[in-house]
Amino acid sequence: METVAGHAGAEGQQHPIAIYLWIWALLFIFSTFSYLIDYFHLHGYLRWSLIITFMLLKAGFIVAVFMHMAWERLALKFAILIPPLCLLILIGLMAIEGDYTFLTRLTAFLR
Amino acid sequence: MAEHALTPSGESTSALPGLPGVVADWSADKQAFPVPWGKAMMWIFLLSDTFIFTCFLTSYMNVRISTTVPWPNPSEVFSLDIGGAHIPLILIAIMTMVLITSSGTMAMAVNFGYRRHRANTTALMLITAAFGATFVGMQAFEWTKLIREGVRPWGNPLGATQFGSCFFMITGFHGLHVSAGVVYLTVVALRVWRGFYDRKGSYETVEIAGLYWHFVDLVWVFIFAFFYLW
Repeated sequence: METVAGHAGAEGQQHPIAIYLWIWALLFIFSTFSYLIDYFHLHGYLRWSLIITFMLLKAGFIVAVFMHMAWERLALKFAILIPPLCLLILIGLMAIEGDYTFLTRLTAFLR
Repeated sequence: MAEHALTPSGESTSALPGLPGVVADWSADKQAFPVPWGKAMMWIFLLSDTFIFTCFLTSYMNVRISTTVPWPNPSEVFSLDIGGAHIPLILIAIMTMVLITSSGTMAMAVNFGYRRHRANTTALMLITAAFGATFVGMQAFEWTKLIREGVRPWGNPLGATQFGSCFFMITGFHGLHVSAGVVYLTVVALRVWRGFYDRKGSYETVEIAGLYWHFVDLVWVFIFAFFYLW
């Protein structure tokens, strides 16, 4: 990556067109697979592990290549990519909260 | 560039890679990010937008976990009858493909911009904007279909009440971003065509517009996974 970093200076990001075409093709393939998961009615852990895997692959490729994050300085990568990790705490807390509300509703409605 | 003139010591420190580079970028008395200021600010705007969309998706997750009423099956709700065949979730699949296609054409536009191909950049950006407009059109069709079926933000005949509010809020906010992006891309494309960035000597604005557009596609990746495939 350090060798390519020379192209990402003040002159802007210059990379071979082939890399964009590859990522483009991969995004189509991953999206098709995501759709087929639903089409073939996969369920349970298999469904969720596949959906999350394809989602993260797509997101990663878009950010890394299309948005050129792979060629940016580490300082910029940290500044942009680390803060969203706080959101994992929010998601975790809200999932616990949602479960709690669900159980409370069940006990309240069943009484 | 003016912003690079502000970093007299930038040349020496910005050569350091990895973690020593992070320390050098932040500790020296200079601009922390050796990128055009517009690009840094677009990234920070997109970071804030990430928080907004995550709040929407998290609240959606929360109400979907906590409701005791069955959630409408998105696979069925967004199915279409095409030529007598009943195809689940097909509209969303096509919308996803349209958005990914537009992301690809935008990446190519940025690439041609840095190669100073004025005509190619303009054409690819306008194609991107056209795909974006197609996406919004399909979303309008989707909204019309659901509203005709009685889906409202405060209730719907399919199941949990929260389905409508989540759907209109999340897809509406995303559609607003796509619509704004179509206008943004068209404006930048016309400036490219008039040679504005050739006179300015830099095509970085095309890349910044590209960042915004790719982010819109990025958000759709998460909406597609969590709202439509859950």
